[in-house]
Amino acid sequence: MREQYDMCEIGHGELALRTLEHKRSGYRLGQICAVRTQDGYELLYSFIKDYHMTNYKIKIDEDTEVASISDIFPAAMLYENEMTELFGVKVKYINLDYKNKFFRIEQETPFK
Amino acid sequence: MAKRSVIPFGPQHPVLPEPIHLDLVLEDEKVVEAIPSVGFVHRGLEKLIDKKDFNEYQYVIERTCGICSFMHGMSYCEALERIFDAEVPARGKYLRTIWAEMSRLHSHLLWLGLLADAFGFESLFMQSWRMREKILDMFEASTGGRVIFSVNKVGGVLRDMDKDMLKSFVDTFDSMEKDIKVLAGTFLNDRTVGSRLRDVGILTKKDVISLGAVGPMMRASGIAIDTRKLGYEAYGDLDFEIITSEDCDCYARCEVRIKEIFQSFDIIRQAAAKIPDGEIAVQVKGAPNGEAFNRVEQPRGEAIYYVRGNGSMYLERVRVRTPTFTNLQALIKTLQGCQYADVPILILTIDPCVSCTER
Amino acid sequence: MSIMNFTRTALKNFFSKPATRNYPFEQREYPERYRGRVSINIDDCIMCGLCMKKCPADAITVDRDKKTWSIQRMSCVQCSLCVVSCPKKCLSMEQRYSEPSAEKTVDTVVQPPKETDKPEAAVTAGGVPNADTSVCVYCTLCAKNCPAGALTVDRTEKKWALDRDACVGCGLCASKCPKKCIEMKQD
Repeated sequence: MREQYDMCEIGHGELALRTLEHKRSGYRLGQICAVRTQDGYELLYSFIKDYHMTNYKIKIDEDTEVASISDIFPAAMLYENEMTELFGVKVKYINLDYKNKFFRIEQETPFK
Repeated sequence: MAKRSVIPFGPQHPVLPEPIHLDLVLEDEKVVEAIPSVGFVHRGLEKLIDKKDFNEYQYVIERTCGICSFMHGMSYCEALERIFDAEVPARGKYLRTIWAEMSRLHSHLLWLGLLADAFGFESLFMQSWRMREKILDMFEASTGGRVIFSVNKVGGVLRDMDKDMLKSFVDTFDSMEKDIKVLAGTFLNDRTVGSRLRDVGILTKKDVISLGAVGPMMRASGIAIDTRKLGYEAYGDLDFEIITSEDCDCYARCEVRIKEIFQSFDIIRQAAAKIPDGEIAVQVKGAPNGEAFNRVEQPRGEAIYYVRGNGSMYLERVRVRTPTFTNLQALIKTLQGCQYADVPILILTIDPCVSCTER
Repeated sequence: MSIMNFTRTALKNFFSKPATRNYPFEQREYPERYRGRVSINIDDCIMCGLCMKKCPADAITVDRDKKTWSIQRMSCVQCSLCVVSCPKKCLSMEQRYSEPSAEKTVDTVVQPPKETDKPEAAVTAGGVPNADTSVCVYCTLCAKNCPAGALTVDRTEKKWALDRDACVGCGLCASKCPKKCIEMKQD
């Protein structure tokens, strides 16, 4: 028996609104993942409440700047630091920004 | 204002099971702020998908962590089975469930031992690990390895457990249950243990949701959610209750994990009685094309897997979100305002598995 | 809340025998399914190279021309994928672990030359199979025995098709064919 989850695609400007809606309805942050595609990145945000999971896919190119959601969900700080360091996604206003020293790796943005 | 000092904690520390570094800002004996620093075990496993095809990558994924290794392999295979739309036969699902519950057993016993070591009770630590050895011997008899099992494949499992083996396991569990009851008596009733665990590291219900804590951290604060209730593998056919506690402190988390040990014994007995005959695996051909999410309940909490394939034998992205990654934020919150001597207990109460976190 | 709960267990442990084994005077008995060193029965090996393709750690090297099978002991993770995939079941895992050493050793086994007094048994690996469809009866034995799943045989439609990318050139199809209509052609 497989669980059914929602997946929808949104623009990166809508992210803050959707995140606030979920925060007010009692959702918690599941995970944030970045995938490297040919022209840019795809960011996947997951929110979970009880047993239901909702996912959002945001397609951006290399230079787009995305606003951080760490002021709404504090746990997002860890995922966003990992994304900037490994993939080179530009995320602004993370509440605790490690400035590319989260994993302290030798090569810059190796997953790019 | 009292004087503030910054003390580095870790990554090498006698009480830490895994390397994590914390910069603790102290005011006299009270911790005011904690800044975590990870990255000591970062191996870049997610980059290996370029070099290993999706069948070989299963062996890489199960080496992410030594304690929850079976569940990593199982969850990866489940995500790929969702992409291929393959159905694992019922006997394969039951076998996976039995091995997964045995993994949970040995992980919780390991944690109990480490907790006892954190507050200085070495004999209790040794006693817990002595019980754990019996489970590791059972793993070796059924799969060939004590820590890394290598029994999962996309489409099912590689080895079978016949009736005699299952019966001998259930008999061993019956005798182990009596010994663990004595052990649990010490953890839950002893006054010295209680004075270290009660009222330490309180995390309210509201904090748990906003910080995103999962697993026993969540259940010890009164929220009754267990990802096993989603019904993956054979859990849909088995009967078990979600264990919660209302105390929200370290003692409550210890109690929840001990009760989960006894519940795992019960689940394995049910599964061994209900296991049907039949095939243990299906043949899966071709290359994966598509994306899938998968959630499992690891001993530490809920883990989310994301797998994406583009039609070639090499996958495009594999992402593992382990429970410790999200419990880290809850750790930082509980550390604020605690006594300095309680820091090891608080780090252990989230059951840190840092090698899973950093892959 | 009580105190001294652990005293009874501590005293019991004090007076009973230790939980540890007195190694090296007492050796351990490994269970039957233990995954230890990989060893090969070289006489049965057909040099197909499937173990080399499947190994996740790239520890095995098979040289078809020199008829050797070699393994890097320190790279092997004892996952048993080679044992599972071998079509002739000539690989097995011993019930003891690889000894630790200070250097990375490579163990090579050379296959002694076979006596070829039976011409139909002398089917060697290498090349791709070609079926003579005028003789073929579409019994599907070759497809059933293909370890890589590269052959598709349809009895009703009288079709015999080969997937060249999946074929590893092991020659098992040629040896299993009852009509001897498959030939391994080098190209």
